[in-house]
This record gives sequence, C-alpha cells and structure tokens, in this order.
Amino acid sequence: MKIGYYPGCSLTGTGREYDLSLRKVLNDLDVELEELNDWSCCGATSAHATNHLLSLALPARNLLIAQKQKLNEVVAPCAACYNRLTVSQHEIETNPSTAQQLTDILGEPVNSSFAIINIIELFGRIGKEKIIEKRKHELKDIKAACYYGCLLVRPVDVTRFDDAEQPSSMERIIEATGAKPVDWNFKTECCGGSHSIAHKEIVVDLSKKIIDDAKLHGADVIVVACPMCHSNLDMRQRSMKSDAEMPILYLSEFIGLSLGIKPKELGVDLHFISADKLLEKVL
Amino acid sequence: MEHVVNHSSTLADKVEKLTSQSPMLCYQCGKCSAGCPVRDHMDESPNQVVRYAQLGFDDAALKSSTIWLCAGCMTCSSRCPQNFDLAKFMDAMRQIALEEKVAIGEKDTAKFHDAFLNQIRKHGRAFEFGFVREYKLKTQNFLQDVDVAPEMFIKGKIGLFPHKVKDAEGIKKIFDKTE
Repeated sequence: MKIGYYPGCSLTGTGREYDLSLRKVLNDLDVELEELNDWSCCGATSAHATNHLLSLALPARNLLIAQKQKLNEVVAPCAACYNRLTVSQHEIETNPSTAQQLTDILGEPVNSSFAIINIIELFGRIGKEKIIEKRKHELKDIKAACYYGCLLVRPVDVTRFDDAEQPSSMERIIEATGAKPVDWNFKTECCGGSHSIAHKEIVVDLSKKIIDDAKLHGADVIVVACPMCHSNLDMRQRSMKSDAEMPILYLSEFIGLSLGIKPKELGVDLHFISADKLLEKVL
Repeated sequence: MEHVVNHSSTLADKVEKLTSQSPMLCYQCGKCSAGCPVRDHMDESPNQVVRYAQLGFDDAALKSSTIWLCAGCMTCSSRCPQNFDLAKFMDAMRQIALEEKVAIGEKDTAKFHDAFLNQIRKHGRAFEFGFVREYKLKTQNFLQDVDVAPEMFIKGKIGLFPHKVKDAEGIKKIFDKTE
C-alpha cells in the first residue's frame, strides 16, 4: 500500500514524535509514504480566523501538489491540517466562484480526484487484522480514553467522518492492540486549540476538564490524533495542578508499542508527562 | 449604547456576503452558548453577539472579546437546530473587525494570529520560535512560557531556524493576491 503524505508543520517541530512514530509503524505495517514535494503550511487557525480566501488558498497549493504527483489518497495526520485541506477541497467542489478565485491565485485549476484521509481512516484501511497479525504485545491491561477533539469530526457535512458527538472508530482500532477503550464523555470536547500561546489559562481550563473526565472513567492513558491536542493535554498538564499525571500518547505511538517497537524509537520520551508507569504495564 | 442602522451595508449584510448565510437564520434558542466550551471566558455569549448583528448593534458585536476567544471548535455549528454555521460567522466577524479597524476586544489573540501568519508569509511553513518571538515582542509578554521553553529546546521540539519552502515566490503570490 502506498499513500501520499502531508506531514504539516507541527510534525516537524512540537509534534515530531508523531511523525517519528507514524513512519516506524507504517513501515512495519507495509505502508509506503510518498511525501508531498515542497509542501507548505495549511494556514491553520490563524488563516481561517482572519482571512477567508487565504485560508482556502494555502491548503489549495498543497492540493495542487498532490494532484501533480498523481496521488489517489493523501494522509494528513494532524487533525488541523486534515480539516483545512478537506474544507478547501470541499469549497472547490461545491462553490464554482471560489474555485475560480483559487485558480486565479494559483495559476492553474485544482481538481479533487483524490481523497484526503485522517490517521484513524488510514489505520481503518490497514485493518485490525493486520495490526493483530503483527502484534508483539497484547496491551490487555491498559484502559485507554480515545480523544478525537474537534477537527476530525467537524464540520459534519465537510469531513463526513464518524460522529460529531460520540465517535467510535478510534476505539475499534485500539481494540486491535488488546487495550480496553473506556466509555467517557469528553471525546470531542475542545482542548482550547491555538489559544495555547495568547490564552494559556483557557487551554489549561478546557484541557483539565478533558483529563479529569478520562480519570473519572478509569483511563490509564489518553490516546490522541492531533499534535495541537497533544501539546495542550501534555505540555500544559503541569500547569493544571492535578494530583496524578495522565500520559498522553499519539495513536501511532500506542499502536507502535503493541507492535513491539521500542518506546524511544517512537519518541515517547519526548513528552512532558512521563509514560513510564504505563510502559511498565505494557512491556 | 449607540444604535446606528446603516441600511446600505449593515454588519449582517457583510457577514452574509462573506459566509453565504444570513445571521437572521438564528432564532436565539441559545443552544450554541449552552455548549460553548469557552463561554465562561467571553464577555458576551455567542448567541448575544449574533443578536447584536441581527439588531444592528454592529459596534457591540465587533468589539466583543467573544469573536476572538471563539476557539473554532464548531460544536455550536454541529448542534444548531437552524443549521446556522456560527463558527463561520465568528470567522467573518474577525475578518470584518480587522478590515474596519475597530477597537479589537481581545488584542493578544489578534496579535498571535498576525505573528503566526507573518512567519508563513516569510518561510511558507510555521516556525514556532519565530512566531513566539514576534508575539512576545508585540505583546511585551516576555515571561510567558519560561517554564516549558527550555525543555522544548532540549527535546528538539523548537528549532532555532525555520524550515523554508523552496517555492517562496508561490507563497508570496498567495499572500499578495488574498490580502
């Protein structure tokens, strides 16, 4: 299986362990990644918060690159990138005047003959059977809270992925590792997103509620699929003044542990909150 | 509060032009504000800002901290019984507030977005060290995050140099043609 890869800026910096673990895991699961040539930023929150046309044009430049590389599918592991690429593609498909504006800006038309998929969809396509086949450790003593955040499941009519209130596709994948997904209430509550710099207090407030609910439902770990969610739940956790720490793992890291990849190779040591206690249960 | 209705181009009209949806769709049930995770931090509730726009209290709507503190989580949009995309409305409100140079109700957030986009314009990719430095210079808030910054450098999560896109001309063109 070969698939286009749009890492996005966070995966080259604050979320570099997401890139590291994803490459290792996909290699073990026989998936080949073809990175988009000279990809650029999707514009993230700041573009759509302040300039509508810019927020569509920045992702469209990357859609054009994928088109030129003749890729059928592109995976965007960052939920924010996935969202912005999908929104831009949706606008091009449904709004001819916007599509024309983007053609004028980029100098050539973008068609949408390829699919943008998120990391949960990618693991869904690889299949539970494949993960079970390659599994080295059954993580049967681990209770995991699967956290989706906002940008994978909303806007509902654009991402058309799972369910905006009670998604369950990540749980199905987690089950292949042997871990037990917990039933909890904050799967799609917001972590505060890009407020992390200008309004840390909002992120600490929102992310603490998420972590507290996961604890209340007995989770040993929160599994995430977004580098911004990860940095808010992990890096900002020390400011929450909680009595017990909650490790935050990327979905790719979690699967990697069950495939027997060493935690260090997955970048688990790059987190702010130690996963050592969890790793003792796993290994 | 001054109540000026300019029928040639009201705020509601401008929002509708940018988003292809009329703020008049909202019938003020308040479901958006009930489920808004950031409501406690805002000066006005989200549905109140829509109400201001509906009634022509344009200044009150545009100067609220609410439009800047909206995190864009889209919980409201996904739950609205009228299918009114409130997150899209908030995007348009911020854009109009900047274009019309009204007094920004939440300056730090606006400065953050500005610093972030400046880095994209320069390098084509987000450069964390660059935009945090620029943000701190803009806000004079130098002490923030001194607790986590050293560890981020040690863990290699923040580089001192940007990853630059080769096609700098293409990026510049996108910014020039959309601003």
